[in-house]
Amino acid sequence: MDRSRHECDALIVGAGPAGLAAAFRAAQDGRRRVTVVDDSPDAGGQIWRGERREPRSPEARAWFQRLRSVKIELINGARVFQQVEPRKLLAETYDGGVCELVFENLVLATGARERFLPFPGWTMPNVMGAGGLQALVKGGLPVERRRIVIAGSGPLLLAVAGYLRDHGADVLCVAEQASQGKVMRFGLGLINNAGKLSQAYSFLKGFKYLTDCWVTEAQGDESLKSVLLRRGGKRWSVSCDYLACGFHLVPNLELAELLGCDVAGGVVRVDEFQQTSVPQVYSAGESTGIGGLELSLVEGEIAGLAIAGRHDEARRLFPARAKQRRFADLLNRTFALRDELKTLAEAQTIVCRCEDITFDRLRGHDSWRAAKLQTRCGMGPCQGRICGSAVEFLFDWKTESVRPPILPVRVQSLATKRHKNHEE
Amino acid sequence: MPETVRLSVNGETVTMPAGSTVAAAILKTGESAFRVSVSGEARGPLCGMGICFECRVTIDGEPHCRSCQTICRNGMDVRTDG
Repeated sequence: MDRSRHECDALIVGAGPAGLAAAFRAAQDGRRRVTVVDDSPDAGGQIWRGERREPRSPEARAWFQRLRSVKIELINGARVFQQVEPRKLLAETYDGGVCELVFENLVLATGARERFLPFPGWTMPNVMGAGGLQALVKGGLPVERRRIVIAGSGPLLLAVAGYLRDHGADVLCVAEQASQGKVMRFGLGLINNAGKLSQAYSFLKGFKYLTDCWVTEAQGDESLKSVLLRRGGKRWSVSCDYLACGFHLVPNLELAELLGCDVAGGVVRVDEFQQTSVPQVYSAGESTGIGGLELSLVEGEIAGLAIAGRHDEARRLFPARAKQRRFADLLNRTFALRDELKTLAEAQTIVCRCEDITFDRLRGHDSWRAAKLQTRCGMGPCQGRICGSAVEFLFDWKTESVRPPILPVRVQSLATKRHKNHEE
Repeated sequence: MPETVRLSVNGETVTMPAGSTVAAAILKTGESAFRVSVSGEARGPLCGMGICFECRVTIDGEPHCRSCQTICRNGMDVRTDG
């Protein structure tokens, strides 16, 4: 397979809000070639999935409008899997080709994924992430009159509940593991943020929102029939078609780790201009800490302005970023996971879905590395992206550094590289 | 009238709005088992965003395609492995 080559001054990995904001600011003065590369078939990331063509939110409408006023190259359906040398990445395109991406500046806007926790029945079809089910509905899945239980933790649950209801679903309840006290304080904390408060209120209206509540089991044969919920001493069963369950979010760090960027406390470390420990490599959005749409946008803008040498303008955005970071701290404190959730998995509950490794095969090990070597946990196609954040929570294991390729790719994609290196 | 595409899922014809994903088309037919795990369990989509690899199916003879990251095209032949 031939390799195509793409050169640019600023490469942005991730076409969500942070990446798009960075791309816009970097391209705004028309002085540099800006390219955005993304794994998905279209721009928008998770929160604006499908909104390039049909914007739902005013923010998405405004930003896609803004983006049309500048020259940016967008490469969709391409997943970055390797760094060949500094300033050169490889991506596999949707048609199986390999693209060499050569750049001066890089922005990692790789976003976040949901955290999943194992409980009996969680591997059954029709048990999905909360964002996962929303993505499928955005992808054309009709949910009219479908009975859906939403569970887990975080503000995403309410956003998904609202979205599914707008699409005709029968949202039976939203089970939030965080305590009522924490959620109330979170609500009070939003009083200084009128936009977010009214958003939260409009999401809450008309839902059975249960705090201190979580799923203990998904039941069914081949496919989901019902879920067991627990709240305090009360346990009950709810019949449903889908369970949408995710426990807040975790940053996608694989590419940052591959490039040697300093990662600590589960986030990419950045300076005031969003630059990582590797010069000319920036990071913006959820990869630097879970903080939501507004923080992602302002971080992306700061990174893009810094790349464009417009540091004074970037500085003027620091107060807005500081305000959003305070909100992010409150958010992450509110939706921190309670210890009871560590007891949900039973001995025979699968933890690693790729290799079907059960809880009892893992608990005897003292580290992620030992567990991987002995059981193959985390060594399937997802490369620990799903079970990694679960075992960090369940066993306090630190999931170790990544190795290339950071995603499964065709053998030819790797063979091309070897062949070429050999020639060199 | 929005644009639509027609594809085949396990031999059944399904019509989807243009831009839909193959994963959504499969679920729309009522099929929820996309693949069989290494120990024989039925599995379906989890993350919806290309990370978990649980939604792998065979598309036009090509195995292990992530159906949540693949856009439906007219005449596509999709086979679940579940």
